[in-house]
Amino acid sequence: MKADVPGGGGGSGLGEAAMVPVRLLMGAIDAPLRWVQRRLGIGGMATFFLMPNMLIFGIFVLLPFFINFAYSMTGGTALFLPDRSFVGAEQYQRLFDCANYTDPNSCAEDTFWTAVGNTTWFVLLQVSLMILFSLVTALILNRDLLARSFWRAVFFFPVLLSPVVVGLIWKWILQRQGLLNFGLYSLGLEPHTWLNDRNWSFAATVGVSIWAHMGFYTLILLAGLQAIPKDLYEAAEMDGTRPARAFWRITLPLLMPNLLVVVVLVLIRAVQIFDEVYVLTGGGPGTSTLYLTQYIYETGFATQLRNPGLAAAASILMGVVLVILTLVQLGLGRKGENKGGRK
Amino acid sequence: MKKTRTMLAALAVGLLTSTAAIAGDVRIMWYSDGVEGEVLKDLLDRFMKENPGINVILDNVSYSVVREQLPVQLEAGNGPDIARVTNLKAQSQHWLDLRPLVADAAYWDENFGAQADWMRPDGSNQISGFMTQITIAGGFANKTLFDQAGIAIPGKDATWDDWAKAAKQVAENQQVPFPMALDRSGHRLSGPNLAYGGNYVGADGKPAPLDDGTKTFLKTFVGWVADGTMSKDVWVSAAGSTYRAAADDFINGQLVYYYSGSWQVPNFSTKIGTNFDWVATGSPCGPTNCTGMTGGAGLVAVKYTKNPKEVAKVMDYLASEPVVKEFSERTLFLPAHKGVLAKGLDFKTDDAQAKAALNGFVEAGKSLSDAARKLPGWLWSDTFYGALVTRVSQAAAGEMTVDEAFTRIDSDIATKVKDSGN
Repeated sequence: MKADVPGGGGGSGLGEAAMVPVRLLMGAIDAPLRWVQRRLGIGGMATFFLMPNMLIFGIFVLLPFFINFAYSMTGGTALFLPDRSFVGAEQYQRLFDCANYTDPNSCAEDTFWTAVGNTTWFVLLQVSLMILFSLVTALILNRDLLARSFWRAVFFFPVLLSPVVVGLIWKWILQRQGLLNFGLYSLGLEPHTWLNDRNWSFAATVGVSIWAHMGFYTLILLAGLQAIPKDLYEAAEMDGTRPARAFWRITLPLLMPNLLVVVVLVLIRAVQIFDEVYVLTGGGPGTSTLYLTQYIYETGFATQLRNPGLAAAASILMGVVLVILTLVQLGLGRKGENKGGRK
Repeated sequence: MKKTRTMLAALAVGLLTSTAAIAGDVRIMWYSDGVEGEVLKDLLDRFMKENPGINVILDNVSYSVVREQLPVQLEAGNGPDIARVTNLKAQSQHWLDLRPLVADAAYWDENFGAQADWMRPDGSNQISGFMTQITIAGGFANKTLFDQAGIAIPGKDATWDDWAKAAKQVAENQQVPFPMALDRSGHRLSGPNLAYGGNYVGADGKPAPLDDGTKTFLKTFVGWVADGTMSKDVWVSAAGSTYRAAADDFINGQLVYYYSGSWQVPNFSTKIGTNFDWVATGSPCGPTNCTGMTGGAGLVAVKYTKNPKEVAKVMDYLASEPVVKEFSERTLFLPAHKGVLAKGLDFKTDDAQAKAALNGFVEAGKSLSDAARKLPGWLWSDTFYGALVTRVSQAAAGEMTVDEAFTRIDSDIATKVKDSGN
């Protein structure tokens, strides 16, 4: 019996003493739990244990979602829901009032569609580059490098920084009189106003967000790589398999569950991009780096005569898109797993 | 038992005294352009010594917090007890009526009555607070750059075109990146709009569609951004109606002519020092007049306060003649107090440039148009400013034509008016 107790220490006096409060607690909750089990049955106990988590989820996630949905059906500038007038789907109609969705200027809410377009390009570019760089970095850091722990820390360090700090650091580097231009000028090259150039500022937002978050995803992939049994590679090597083939046939399939997690997380984070970009470019030049979350923030909070209903409608649409994308990815992941299982 | 009773009694006394301290707390949300936060702290420390029952907490925040977060707090029925605000009229439903609470309402009417309407709901005689400073938008020229280029600074009646031409010549001669800059602000853009004959207010008191005067200057302005006469950095640097100033460029000697306002004087006096000579120029002229915009920051009491009596006492103190005089002289701000203005001020600075600039702005105040004087008290001015900034910056960034921007400004404002239910 003692062997089943974690930390039992083979019956040492200290271990026994440490277990006394645990046993007391178990004894105290034993009777009520037995009573609950009698009432709910064995099957109902799972629900019972999940209830606290579901309650927290309900209060902090589901309830705000429904409140947000209620806001999206109201109009006016008042903040409190009871003070707002019911307008049905008017806010959604306003968002979708567009002659040509690819031309924001033809839409009633042109900045919303500009933000949708910018966010789409950002997601496509940032997600693919983030996965690529994270994977390559994880593969390199998984090798027997000199000072491997140091390099792992170096890549992880930006993750520890606040997004505002990240935005400010890069602003100081990229602004007209910033570090980059100083370097170029010192080398006799022509400085450039990076953050006033539409293409460069867009590229900067993609690059900075990759720099800031890549370490986290690299860590997940590195954990996946380290979980792959070494003997698979040894067997492949003995069979004369080339490293590239080993990567495609062993590494990538076995890393797929981690990759799927990374893709889902990167995608969600990319769609929600806001803080570092808001500090770095403010959505400019013009609206070239105005992304969806900034549009929602400005519509709901930062403009004169705020429109919380329109902001809520835009955020509901963003949430729906995110749920669809996540479900598609999870579905594809399951399909892949099943295929792998049949083989 | 006796020990327990003593402990309980001590706890009760502690709780009571701490509740009393909270009851006497007055929280002020304050932003600073220069040294005014330090001056206010000094004045409040003196007040607290004289009034030990009132604890004034000064929260120094950035201007964007006042613009973006305070409105949400107020809508939720929260916020500080007192706040320093520029968007006074549109939020006037949140201000506390101090009339029944202040020691002498007639004193307030007499000395701050000229701007009282800027911060109270239309049609009321409420005393919401007072202006901590009156500001007048106007220009600053880098005199050293003009002198070095051998080009004369345009005179008092010079037009916007004259300034653009002269600033461009100086910038080319002195290899300075920007001839001119104008803050990314609808308020700043409105001075020249009015000078070009613009009028924002319709016959019904609601926003009117953009007229020819406003359109003419906005077209000129966007053209200046496109050809590099006006700094592109400021106007294309953000989306939406975010405020951006070009003060740092002027302080760093990167700018020949900067259109901002009187509140920059202490900032320039402190940061430019003797690096170069600068002068305040008033507002350039348009075809109609030479007006800038007036405005300023007001200190208002918030009606959601739990301690209205203490708030009124603090406001009475800060609005008193000697305190206003000291605050203005130390911060180099133009006061709104009629009595202080009549008796004159001795600005506490050795900087002759700053003194001359302040006098220049007092002089520029005389050429303000009627429309410029009325706009700070107009309910829709901030709505108008926001739409101007958002769309003009998009036109300046080349995302839409100026005519498309005009159409958008009109429709944005119309939508906001409709959304507000007014």
